[in-house]
Amino acid sequence: MDFDLTEEQRLLKESLDRLIGDRYAFEQRKTYGQAAEGWSRELWAQYAELGLLGLPFAERYGGSAGGPVETMIAMEAFGHALALEPFFATVVLGGAFLRHGGSTEQSAALVPRIIDGSLTLAFAQTERYSRYDLADISTTAMRDGAGWVLSGEKGVVLHGDTADKLIVTARVDGGRRDPGGVGVFIVDGNAAGVSRRGYPTQDGLRAAEIALAGVRVGPEGVLGEPGAALPLVERVVDEAIAALCAEAVGAMAAMHELTVDYLKTRRQFGREIGSFQILQHRAVDMLIALEQARSMAMFGTMMAGEEDAVERHNAVSAAKVQIGRSGRLIGQQAVQLHGGIGMTMEYKVGHYFKRATMIDTMFGDGDHHLRELARRGRSQETR
Amino acid sequence: MDLRFTAEELAFRDEVRAFFRSALPVSIRDKMVANKGLAKDDIVTWQRILNTKGWAVANWPVEWGGTGWTPVQQYMFQEELQLTPAPQPLGFGVTMVGPVMIAFGSEEQKKRFLPRIANLDDWWCQGFSEPGAGSDLASLRTSAKRDGDHYVVNGQKTWTTLAQHADWIFCLVRTDPQARKQEGISFLLIDMKTPGITVRPIVTIDGGREVNEVFLDEVRVPAENLVGEENKGWDYAKYLLGRERTGIARVGFSKERIRRIKELAATERAGDQPLIEDERFREKLAAVEVELKALEMTQLRVVAAERNRADNKPDPASSILKIKGSEIQQATTELLLEIVGPYAMPYQPEHDEDERWNEPPVGPEWAGPIAPTYFNTRKVSIYGGTNEIQKNIIAKAILGL
Repeated sequence: MDFDLTEEQRLLKESLDRLIGDRYAFEQRKTYGQAAEGWSRELWAQYAELGLLGLPFAERYGGSAGGPVETMIAMEAFGHALALEPFFATVVLGGAFLRHGGSTEQSAALVPRIIDGSLTLAFAQTERYSRYDLADISTTAMRDGAGWVLSGEKGVVLHGDTADKLIVTARVDGGRRDPGGVGVFIVDGNAAGVSRRGYPTQDGLRAAEIALAGVRVGPEGVLGEPGAALPLVERVVDEAIAALCAEAVGAMAAMHELTVDYLKTRRQFGREIGSFQILQHRAVDMLIALEQARSMAMFGTMMAGEEDAVERHNAVSAAKVQIGRSGRLIGQQAVQLHGGIGMTMEYKVGHYFKRATMIDTMFGDGDHHLRELARRGRSQETR
Repeated sequence: MDLRFTAEELAFRDEVRAFFRSALPVSIRDKMVANKGLAKDDIVTWQRILNTKGWAVANWPVEWGGTGWTPVQQYMFQEELQLTPAPQPLGFGVTMVGPVMIAFGSEEQKKRFLPRIANLDDWWCQGFSEPGAGSDLASLRTSAKRDGDHYVVNGQKTWTTLAQHADWIFCLVRTDPQARKQEGISFLLIDMKTPGITVRPIVTIDGGREVNEVFLDEVRVPAENLVGEENKGWDYAKYLLGRERTGIARVGFSKERIRRIKELAATERAGDQPLIEDERFREKLAAVEVELKALEMTQLRVVAAERNRADNKPDPASSILKIKGSEIQQATTELLLEIVGPYAMPYQPEHDEDERWNEPPVGPEWAGPIAPTYFNTRKVSIYGGTNEIQKNIIAKAILGL
């Protein structure tokens, strides 16, 4: 049992911190966000150069064969920076689909392009009424000779407006919420029949509503086994949740640092406001929430590779519950303790608050995962 | 980063678990599970079993009977003790006055007292709090005046846990009334049989007799019973209060509680189903389990960090463990209270060993101690430095506010 980073992991963290320190000041971030794509191609190329885009991939494709801990380190740093680039969509989500569901041919064709920065991905899962149920899919995939034809609508696809390829869940069989009958397909972002409506998100990222009207996918675009791909989706989402938890911890830590600094410098009534006990205790409540969240992000990370699906689900659900609770408390209190300045676009604490709030809505909020834990607990007891 | 323990550590845990299971008398375990009060004999019996095994003072240096275990082993020992569940070795001796004597006491004091603490030949109690000095402990007023080779002690201590069993009390006393309040305090060991000491019970809201007032009236204490230097007692007290790093979160204890909650919630009904099937109840339980898992991980981080710490200073993170640990313990008692429902109501004073009720139980046989446990457990966010004081400590020591 240890929580130490290896020498290589420490170096990774240091180089990320340096990069963020040099390139991700609040004003710089604003500039990146104003680009048409909503993020910086130049930084993306730099991530590629540093090997960040190859972190989780096998060495035979040019990756560095990192595990969940490496992903955690990167995501925490990006969370601290409020980074805008599609690392999560491309490397974490897309990468996990290829690692767990991709054939050798698919990986050989796509992974090196992710690693060199020339290919971005997005995961098109959510539908208008699916909320957080991964099996709730109305988009259909009909067999068409050796390939498939996809029809339906996907929503809130993170970085779906600019992704070169979309990873789409569709139903090949069964009813709308049937756990069986799920397929996963790789669709070219500009394929005939794909229409995308991009928009900014609350937290400064970009997403898209995507309509698929009879989109043809060849056999090379099939991930996993059509009709039996839900476990693949669940596995990828578990890893993704662990990574999101790490990102959230980065953002929460930043909010806590900013708030404690503010308490030490802001003067009212002739003294630093940090000398008031009620504000001290609020800052301590934030710290406790942060440390509990960090503990659970680490737990989620260390369990993300667990083969037993129920244990893995339970661990990441528990982590997501804690992140949701802690994120809300820290975010709200960070704004409250800053007072008026915390309400403004020009100051960064509010941007962290918004990101932490949106993370709670990704892949199930705290209440959703609490219900999942309660439900799975029951089925385990009666097993 | 790795959650797994080594094969040696796991073997150690198995050994500890197996020993606790086989060596703990069933009657004591049953009382622990049911939240019933333990008799003095129960605690003495168990500590002597541990002492025979060489595990009563596991946290002490080897030369004074400690085990030399690693922080992970110490953690596992505590965790298994709480999971069994078995009584802790008496903390007033083992984790409080013993370590203070080892760090600051004279050779004579160590030789005289330490073996008797380990075997619970001497029952110690803690004389810190006073009626006018609670969270503001340093404002204590009990005085000790030097008179030849004795100190003469006058004053009153309160909240003295299990003083009714005690042979000795370790006291903070004011030896220099002129000095700044933290600087005039000394740490004195007092024989409870000394003339002038009166112990009076305080009945707590659960109906139990756990704490007492201790009155000291012209109590003559040999000067050799001073620990360390005169007027340095505050430093020793701070050392004592900050020392316990693992076990303070009571994670194992709360895990055992949750096991018990699931067991009992399966026997009670909510409408046409067992309470454990009730969605609202399940979600509340799951929420506590998430908090507990997070606390367990936080505790493991503190244990792991301890391996890398060269100094012997208390980790301010232990204040986080205290706060979360007490909140979770209280949450588990709220769930128990919900489970028992209307049969929380009958007052059945089995909790009090002195007036044991000989009548058959009212309602479910396990119901009696549930409400008293809920009432009693409010203390855990008050004792050992209230949670608010812990927050002051964190604000100062970690956040620099």
